[in-house]
Amino acid sequence: MGEIDLALVNWSRAQFALTAMYHWLFVPLTLGLSFLCAFFETIYVKTGNEEWKHLTKFWMTLFGINFAIGVATGIILEFEFGTNWSNYSWMVGDIFGAPLAVEGIVAFFLEATFFAVMFFGWDRVSKGFHLFSTWMVAVGSNLSALWILVANGWMQYPTGMAFNPDTVRFEMQNFWEVLFSPVAIAKFTHTTSTSFLVAVMFVFAVSSYYLIKRRHVEMAKRSILVASVFGLISFVYAGLTGDESAYNNARIQPMKLAAYEGLYEGKRGADLVAFGVMNPDKTVGDGQDPFLVEVAIPKGLSLLGKRQFDAFIPGVNDLVYGNAEENIVGYDQKIERGKQAIADLSAYKDAQKAGDAGAAEIALAQFKENQEFLGFGYLQKPEDGIPPVQTSYYSFHIMVYLAVFFGLLCLAYLVYGIKDTIEEKRWLLPFGVISFFLAMIASQAGWVVAEVGRQPWAIQNMLPVGVATSNLAAGNVMTTFWMFAILFTLLLLAEIKIMLNQIKKGPEGA
Amino acid sequence: MASYPVRIVRFYRDGFKSMTLGKTLWKIIFVKLFIMFAVVKFFFFPDFLSTRFSTDEQRADYVMEQITAPAQKSN
Repeated sequence: MGEIDLALVNWSRAQFALTAMYHWLFVPLTLGLSFLCAFFETIYVKTGNEEWKHLTKFWMTLFGINFAIGVATGIILEFEFGTNWSNYSWMVGDIFGAPLAVEGIVAFFLEATFFAVMFFGWDRVSKGFHLFSTWMVAVGSNLSALWILVANGWMQYPTGMAFNPDTVRFEMQNFWEVLFSPVAIAKFTHTTSTSFLVAVMFVFAVSSYYLIKRRHVEMAKRSILVASVFGLISFVYAGLTGDESAYNNARIQPMKLAAYEGLYEGKRGADLVAFGVMNPDKTVGDGQDPFLVEVAIPKGLSLLGKRQFDAFIPGVNDLVYGNAEENIVGYDQKIERGKQAIADLSAYKDAQKAGDAGAAEIALAQFKENQEFLGFGYLQKPEDGIPPVQTSYYSFHIMVYLAVFFGLLCLAYLVYGIKDTIEEKRWLLPFGVISFFLAMIASQAGWVVAEVGRQPWAIQNMLPVGVATSNLAAGNVMTTFWMFAILFTLLLLAEIKIMLNQIKKGPEGA
Repeated sequence: MASYPVRIVRFYRDGFKSMTLGKTLWKIIFVKLFIMFAVVKFFFFPDFLSTRFSTDEQRADYVMEQITAPAQKSN
């Protein structure tokens, strides 16, 4: 493909990041608030107390606003696949087709059917059927997320597939291996559990605002009590699934783990950086200390990554330049084998065109020997395989600090909620109000860790982003970038305006 | 008693009629979908391979060419 237009690649990346991050402003609230509405309504059905019905309808209205504004924003990403990332789209079409089709069907039938009952069905269907519909919306929304996260998980850990050089596609060999890959499972469980926390923080924010203003006090206290229980469970679950994600990173994406931990020199019994300020001048292999200030937990990273105190965790230097002692092959060797794979693939195609079956067979056999290094063949130098370390590091640590804050907040809200003194804790309530905005930052930071941390790969070790792009003019992508920036900002402003209006009206307006 | 299809149609019809905030939201949804599909998709996001090639074989050949000609830079 000749020289890659870096401006094109970077604008394509920026556009995808922009649309994905805007899309993600809406999604976690949908995933979590749907379950909270189901909990609220379940209590209403169990107790028959009309106050819980009003409460449920209020949160359901806010859920509906978020859903309506956010719905279909993800479709833009699919447009971008076809236009900006056509090489990638072609190559993964067979893998992504099934999960995305299932997502569409699940989303349409579960959400579209039961969503209508949830909003139109009060007093028109039985209480039981209405509750069932609310639960189905929650389950359906989260199942929709499953399929797209399975697709994302496959990009991080391409499994259950074989590359077909005749169709130039990664073709699915084992659907279950794709669905139940450890990365897909960890991605789904961690993404949903953290999204539940985002929704809990949303309930805290609105309820705390009401308590500060001394409006709708009973509704706010009830909402907080339920949300704090859900929040604490989600916090523990998010911690466990986050731990699983780190464990997977250590095995499957060690460069990502090294990047978000700022680990350059690997070691046995590696420390976990609890707090640190990175040296902005640090580059790979320069011998400088990566941290200006650092507070570390001894052997914590080995425990996190390998579940053993003295296990070796490779750093950026080990992965890029190799470490013979620890049997780690450097990127220079992988690049060589990757270039051989590309050459063999090219020879295979030429032999096929020439009708030389013998030569094609030999070339294919040679290609298969180096196939797992295919992506490295596109790197010019070993250092090209390093993701932005500081972005990964700070995103990861911001996410973790905020997660700890959410856990503490859930605990405090639960304790004071049970004691029925939450409205007296005036010092605490402002933390509740800002918690939702912090949760959004944490949620976005999580995706930055996941996606920036795996650069330069579109498909881990198989296809770098530079080769995944379409051969377009960078100016075209830049134009649509700004178009989306305007469109999504307008949608966000609409959401904020409508949401604030509704919150001001309170449950009477639901 | 009306048949199920009629009851379902009435359910949706009455539901839509009784909406207040929902009407605004539906307007936003329709405007958004129109912009996305009739403007953005149609004018700015044609499918790169579909619009340039007529068969899958041609598309596969093109992608093969793209991934086998060594790149100068990758990211």
